[in-house]
Amino acid sequence: MNSKGVVVIEAAQLNQYADISAVEDKPIIRYQKVSKSFGDLKVLRDIDLDIAPGEVVAVIGSSGSGKTTLARMLMTLEQPTSGVIMVDGEPLWHKEVNGELVPADEKHIRRVRSKIGMVFQQFNLFPHMTILRNVTEAPIHVLGISRAEAKEKAIAMLNKVGLGNKLDVFPAQLSGGQQQRVAIARALVMRPKVMLCDEVTSALDPELVGEVLEVLKEIAAEGETTMLLITHEMGFARDVADRIIFIDKGRIVEQGPPRAILGNPRNPRTCEFLSRFRQQWISKN
Amino acid sequence: MQLTVFSSTLAFILAFIVGFGRLSKYRPIRTISAIYVEFFRGTSLLVQLFWAYFVLPHFGLELSAMQAGVIVLGLNYGAYASEVVRSSILAVPKSQTEAGIALNMSPTQIMLRVILPQAFLTMLPPFGNLLIELLKGTALVSLITLGDLMFMGAQLRITTLRTVEVFSLVLIIYFIIAYPLILGVRGLESKFSKGRA
Repeated sequence: MNSKGVVVIEAAQLNQYADISAVEDKPIIRYQKVSKSFGDLKVLRDIDLDIAPGEVVAVIGSSGSGKTTLARMLMTLEQPTSGVIMVDGEPLWHKEVNGELVPADEKHIRRVRSKIGMVFQQFNLFPHMTILRNVTEAPIHVLGISRAEAKEKAIAMLNKVGLGNKLDVFPAQLSGGQQQRVAIARALVMRPKVMLCDEVTSALDPELVGEVLEVLKEIAAEGETTMLLITHEMGFARDVADRIIFIDKGRIVEQGPPRAILGNPRNPRTCEFLSRFRQQWISKN
Repeated sequence: MQLTVFSSTLAFILAFIVGFGRLSKYRPIRTISAIYVEFFRGTSLLVQLFWAYFVLPHFGLELSAMQAGVIVLGLNYGAYASEVVRSSILAVPKSQTEAGIALNMSPTQIMLRVILPQAFLTMLPPFGNLLIELLKGTALVSLITLGDLMFMGAQLRITTLRTVEVFSLVLIIYFIIAYPLILGVRGLESKFSKGRA
């Protein structure tokens, strides 16, 4: 225990868990001593985290624990205050010049960022574009592929999420669950190596949660895309994740395979969080 | 009419240049844009017109009444319209920019493909207001001897002495000119709001 009574797991202990899922592959994502502050508020403290290619990692923790910031830094929506994030062996926010890491320019960030895709809590579809254009816009203008090819790929992807019949509809005409499935298709069509999902079901009516999680489960099962899921859906995390990470007060407090974390948490804070969660779940249902 | 077309075109172009100028990451550009806006919003259109027409010749810049009218109306309404551009761009939620970043778009692509089309919808009603005001503002240009509708009316009143009829007619003619503008702006609004709830 440190001075604030928070149990800090030793690095050696963490590695023991990491070894279970992170095969011998070189990590596709690596956080090295990453911290983030907003003014005086320390949101994340010295995060060290490796994610293996193809691994599905679920991040749980109470709101304000810093879990969303963890994903937003990887999408370059927030800049880390200190530390280095590596994507596929390359620093994301930095450039190596004469063996030293210096802040990277926009061009470097864009190139490294192309390996990452993200789905947001509030979908963030472009309201002035049809569903088809939402999904073809970036492939045409960012990847530079032809309109015909982009359309073909978009339709295939929209079929996959079950919305192949809504091509010419605008986002406002769809339900939340449908909009979120479009957002997933829009991110996937860019073929990211890593997909970030930031509480993608939190803004949905309970009866629409299932359809979105089904789509994500399918993608996870394919095993091609590395996924970082920020979630409150414990059942979902248990079913799809290779590893669950519990974050509390800006630190990774405990991590391991789902059955270990959810079934037999060792850290008192994890126990407390999960029991609080179960109570809420029971009172809700 | 010519005056309205030319000066509103100038105002429209200026509105975007200055509106973006005020959002620039470079401080000097922001400052210059702000000074321009505050100067033209803060002084009277009539005084600006007189200045352009009667004072500038003293500095060796001779402008016709038409030129002075176009430039001053353009600059003046451009200042107001640039505020419309600025606030409309700021009104598009930040999450739209973030969605663009997540799709790895460049800042220019995000602005042109994501932010502006949405901001333009917000800009249209106030733009319509300004256009109609500009149309009516052309009356002031008569004071530097360019014959506009109001000026003609005043002339006619002097020769006919039929004040009520002449000025009522002027009122109606202004409305007849302005109404198609109102309808046009409304048409654009419905076009750009397609698919929105």
